[in-house]
Amino acid sequence: MNIIVCIKQVPGTNKVEVDENTGVLKREGVDSKMNPYDLYAIETALWIKNKLGGTVSALTMGPLQAEAVIHEAYMLGVDEGYLISDRKFAGADVLATAYTLFMGVKSIGDFDLIICGKQTTDGDTGQVGPALAEYLDIPHVIWVKRIEEVNETNIVIEQDMTESSAVVKLPCPCLITVDKDIMEPRLPSYRKKLETKNKEVNILLFEDFADQNESNYGLSGSATKVERIFPPESNTEKIIIEGSGEQLAAQVYDILAAEKAI
Amino acid sequence: MISIQQNKCDLCGKCIEVCPFGAMEIVDGRIEINAACRVCSICLKNCPNKAILLTDGIRQKADRNKWKGILVYVEHFEGQIHPVTLELIGKAKELASKINHPVNCIFIGHNITERAKELLEYGLDKVYIYDHEEFAYYREDIYTNAFEHCIKKSKPSMVLVGATSVGRSLAPRAAVRFRTGLTADCTVLEVKENSDLVQIRPAFGGNIMAQIVTEHSRPQFATVRYKVMEKAQKDIELIELSKNKWQDKLEICSLPKNKMKSQLEVLNIITKQKEVSISESEVIIAGGRGLKDQKDLAMLEELASLLGGQTAVSRPLVEAGWAPYTKQIGLSGRTVRPRLIITCGISGAVQFTSCMNTSQCIIAINKDKNAPIFNTAHYGIVGDLYEIIPQLCEKIRKGRIVDAI
Repeated sequence: MNIIVCIKQVPGTNKVEVDENTGVLKREGVDSKMNPYDLYAIETALWIKNKLGGTVSALTMGPLQAEAVIHEAYMLGVDEGYLISDRKFAGADVLATAYTLFMGVKSIGDFDLIICGKQTTDGDTGQVGPALAEYLDIPHVIWVKRIEEVNETNIVIEQDMTESSAVVKLPCPCLITVDKDIMEPRLPSYRKKLETKNKEVNILLFEDFADQNESNYGLSGSATKVERIFPPESNTEKIIIEGSGEQLAAQVYDILAAEKAI
Repeated sequence: MISIQQNKCDLCGKCIEVCPFGAMEIVDGRIEINAACRVCSICLKNCPNKAILLTDGIRQKADRNKWKGILVYVEHFEGQIHPVTLELIGKAKELASKINHPVNCIFIGHNITERAKELLEYGLDKVYIYDHEEFAYYREDIYTNAFEHCIKKSKPSMVLVGATSVGRSLAPRAAVRFRTGLTADCTVLEVKENSDLVQIRPAFGGNIMAQIVTEHSRPQFATVRYKVMEKAQKDIELIELSKNKWQDKLEICSLPKNKMKSQLEVLNIITKQKEVSISESEVIIAGGRGLKDQKDLAMLEELASLLGGQTAVSRPLVEAGWAPYTKQIGLSGRTVRPRLIITCGISGAVQFTSCMNTSQCIIAINKDKNAPIFNTAHYGIVGDLYEIIPQLCEKIRKGRIVDAI
């Protein structure tokens, strides 16, 4: 079974803030890491490969520095890594990102299953997976928390539906997004790290794609536009109270009484 | 795409300094932009020589006048309508009244036609009903087909969907089918006179809000989480007046046979044991990184039980494995809107605050006077939770005894 896992490099912290006066984003260190949900996606793919054989490829999109997450995937045991990186893809929203990944998947070739993390920790939308499935015209299921059965033609999964869960059977090729419950991700292996230290990352550029119409990618391929960014509103009627622990406990007690909470 | 007019650039480096994504660099004595660019345009605004240009591609523009109305997706489980639907209807009615558009619903399921009448009590113009046994449970392929059918038929300007397990699966699929924009987890929705939907949400994984529009395409898709918007109110007068006209407002729709064939097979539905979700709780005591040990959560549990509420946590505690993610408030967890929330040792990143800032009374306890949570709180308590909480619990217990006497 050939599996493609979509992964993303995300900021290591969420300490990006806007300067209220200038509207400029303040950058505090640019450390980044693999989106934590993607570790579950990779683990699921490796688990299936262990059962059925085949290959696991990791696909990501971003600046050249995002090679780091592919190397991380290699350390976990992923066979091939692809990085889609081109300025022409910059500024992509869900629509354009999913389209670019669609072109990336097309250039990788045949696959039986695509696995994505439930969402990323920077965008938190969880929409790119289903959007990619729509471009590929394959079925999908999100929030998969258990794999009941998997073979070359079908996969049976249990999907979290918040108040219930559904056991769904879908044919391959298909796309699933996996939740944290699915399985415990392995740690990167030192041996694999040494083995794959010089392993190449396949870079996919605009010219590698079947669709050579620039306006389908990046900002021009996006349907949404960010009009402005601004710091979160602050509450103007706030009351700040300082004092000793005892005084503060008494104050909170009075507030709770005034709010009729006790 | 961002481009640089090299003849105007004097390599002052201002753009490198202000770029939040490290996308500007000097290569061979000129500024180059790499693939990290997210077209935020900050360099554009900050270039003293106006050497940076934003070139937008040519996108075919949809005719705004051809798309009218707001379509709300009715989220339900076996016909039981999810309350997020009523919140979306409330917001849709408010937006629609500003631009004089109708508000319609799309209801896909099995044996739901009677249920659809309940929705009319909220003052809708129309409910499009797709009632078929094949629709008994959510299956993304045929549900998307029904959604597509309804959008082609009704040409709505906007489509609002709850950001639930169904909505998050269905909305992106449908939006891509129309090659249009979708904004997830909007916290504020407004409308411009020209019917452009102004969508505000936290962005870039930082402490930042972004205002997003879908200028050139229709319909404009947005998802909103449960407990973010105000619920619609039933219109009593309207119910009496229009009862006999209800049949006209229910439109039964059906799909051609080939569009009803699903590739997915729902083998089983497992209902979970009912536990009150934190979203439903009226009182929440939330703990964050200020807690030193997992066992200290017991202190918050005690306060929660004294106040008749539940405990919740911020993301770091879930990542540390101290609490299940069903207890997490935030963009990667739940949104809450309780009567009272007390945050304990939570600094207040926007991913957290945007999911609790509509709570009626917010009390924040934090040692750091400069913690951003104090911008959200109604009462900011600058102090040590380890001193305050136990003494507070003690006072509440004593107060009860006094009352009892």
